[in-house]
Amino acid sequence: MCGIAGILDFTGRRPERSLLQRMLERIRHRGPDDCGIYTNKQVGLAHARLSIIDLPSGRQPMHNEDNSVSIVFNGEIFNYLELREDLLRRGHKLLTQSDTEVILHLYEEKGEECVHDLNGQWSFAIWDSENEKLFLSRDRLGVRPLFYTITNQAFLFGSEIKSIFALTQVSREIDVVALAQLFTCWVTIPPRTIFKDILEVPPGHSLTVKQGKISVRPYWQLDFTEGSEGAGGANGCEEQYAEQLLELLIDATRIRLRSDVPVGAYLSGGLDSTVVSALIKKFTDTPLTTFSVSFDDPQFDESSYQQQAVRFLDTNHQDVRCTCEDIGQVFPDVIWHTEKPILRTAPAPLYILSGLVREHGYKVVLTGEGSDEMLGGYDIFKEAKIRRFCMNHPESKIRPLLFRRLYPYLQNLQGQSNAYLQAFFRVRSDETKNEFFSHLPRWQLTSKLKSFFSDDVSSQTASYDTYEELRGILPQAYSGWDGFCQAQYLEAQFLLPGYILSSQGDRVAMAHAVEGRFPFLDYRVVEFAARIPPTLKMKVLNEKYLLKRCAGGLLPPSIARRFKQPYRAPEGKSFFNGARIDYVDDLLSPDRIRKDGIFNPLAVEKLVEKFRQGRAIGTKDNMALVGILSTQLLLEQFVRNFGESATYAKHRAGNSAICHR
Amino acid sequence: MQNIEQEIRQFVTDNFLFGQASIRLSNYDSFLDQGIIDSTGVLELVAFLEEKYQIKIEDNELTPQYLDSIHKLVKFLETKVQSSR
Repeated sequence: MCGIAGILDFTGRRPERSLLQRMLERIRHRGPDDCGIYTNKQVGLAHARLSIIDLPSGRQPMHNEDNSVSIVFNGEIFNYLELREDLLRRGHKLLTQSDTEVILHLYEEKGEECVHDLNGQWSFAIWDSENEKLFLSRDRLGVRPLFYTITNQAFLFGSEIKSIFALTQVSREIDVVALAQLFTCWVTIPPRTIFKDILEVPPGHSLTVKQGKISVRPYWQLDFTEGSEGAGGANGCEEQYAEQLLELLIDATRIRLRSDVPVGAYLSGGLDSTVVSALIKKFTDTPLTTFSVSFDDPQFDESSYQQQAVRFLDTNHQDVRCTCEDIGQVFPDVIWHTEKPILRTAPAPLYILSGLVREHGYKVVLTGEGSDEMLGGYDIFKEAKIRRFCMNHPESKIRPLLFRRLYPYLQNLQGQSNAYLQAFFRVRSDETKNEFFSHLPRWQLTSKLKSFFSDDVSSQTASYDTYEELRGILPQAYSGWDGFCQAQYLEAQFLLPGYILSSQGDRVAMAHAVEGRFPFLDYRVVEFAARIPPTLKMKVLNEKYLLKRCAGGLLPPSIARRFKQPYRAPEGKSFFNGARIDYVDDLLSPDRIRKDGIFNPLAVEKLVEKFRQGRAIGTKDNMALVGILSTQLLLEQFVRNFGESATYAKHRAGNSAICHR
Repeated sequence: MQNIEQEIRQFVTDNFLFGQASIRLSNYDSFLDQGIIDSTGVLELVAFLEEKYQIKIEDNELTPQYLDSIHKLVKFLETKVQSSR
């Protein structure tokens, strides 16, 4: 796990090493162990290394025997041992034990098609000197980040946007259309990012630059079509599905333990992370250390379940207790790492947790991400199911009672009368055929945050329609999929890479040089899960039914039986809880809001007042606060005072180090 | 009642529209249809009404039928206040 960056100069000049060094300094947190820079013709590649596999000889940039192909790589190829065997059998000479070299040789043999053979999480760049071609690729689900921009003179790329901003010729400006997207569906829609003209390579895509021409194309797509290829034979009865799923999960976990350093696991107390820990304990010889975050506030705390899992699985366990004050304190650092606004504070405790992991000398953790998306765990799936059921008989007084089964942890919702429950979840006639049926309540609620935009931003985004854009990029087959699968697709295609794996995943873990690995996101598991009949994923209203069926026996019964509790963290209270926090006061002050120009000063003032008086308890108000504050922090740290030590986060101008070659 | 109408409008504007006069709200606009009120909003509204007008809103009165627009609220409060006299 590492950070990569690079430059391809369109004018044919060799990039200066000092520029690459600057790009690297910004992302040294991703790879504090070593760094390297390589220039060849018009290309420069830079790499910051976190050593995990082949510690002595896995240095990068790495080259083939005649230096005609060079690579910088961030990530892991979990099936590298099998691929290596194949390559040796076909006569390749490999000089190291690393997965990086495997990609190089596969590229030599198969060119851009090499990515189909890889099972892993990656972003890499290959410079093919003979063909004068730069080839970039990002893993199927978007675990690892990869950004780029095109200036008059060069193509620039990096693991994080801040490495691209390290070059002064790149302008730094918020893209208000991206902000409108994020204030609707919680993410920006790739390739767009929150910064104007900074793009991301979308998950499952490759990009090539040759003779100044840039092309981006998908090499893999999420496909929920029944009976299509790649299912791994996903047909048959419930029993068979359960057996196949367990078999795949065991193997996905096994190959994710390949590492030359010790591997730990996150344990939230929920089903998915406990399954992962149980698989490690039960099916491998790896000694297991687990890590979790607990909260003072019982509304968020899951430590009793964590303890049950620890006792049951007998792991060496470490815990960090997180308070509202902690969240308020680290929030500027968190935004420095997420590089985009967020609507929830949930990434902050995970940032603190990765610090704990690092303190204990671990660089790698396995976690349960991807299970809710692929195996049907989220309440939004359940909500859509009940809404459809009520829609069939809109006058029923009984059916809306089912909504009480939803969100049992949301006290405000549970306190509602039946009449209001019915009203909140009712389906309007124009929604029944809408392709975003499952997500409309969430997105419509989130869209209300746009009323905080300044007049200027409102008028700039008035004619922009996020739904229209999303509609335009849905796969052709989408309209034929079951409604449950459509909802899964929206979660897995957009929220998973755009928030869960990035703001709540890679970015806050790599802030402390910790790499996450996700057995549920092994592409074999994903392709298999996509074709499990929806009724087995959620049986009536029993979420992740098949997972419970196949792995429930490995868990403490209380966890196997548990209703889904989504991971959440305190929000408003983290910023308004007695003592004043300087950056909150500054960045949300009417003066500052007016100067920055994104939000309406009066509206923000009223919102802040509501929080100060302790009256803001609703989801919408809390999302608005976190969204506005994180946007203001982004402006401060990336647009106004990029990288200056005077900003609120603890980060400084970056670590300098002398790079080899 | 003119007064009550203004007080309610002020509360809704400050609390749910964050003072933004640009969002026009007629007395008959449904809070639900306009997306002004979410599940917490109902609780905030009820807390406000109970405190401000010294009334007790019963469970069976927690319905959009009584609470979902400025006009409905004014009517509701009229009957409530009268019945408590």
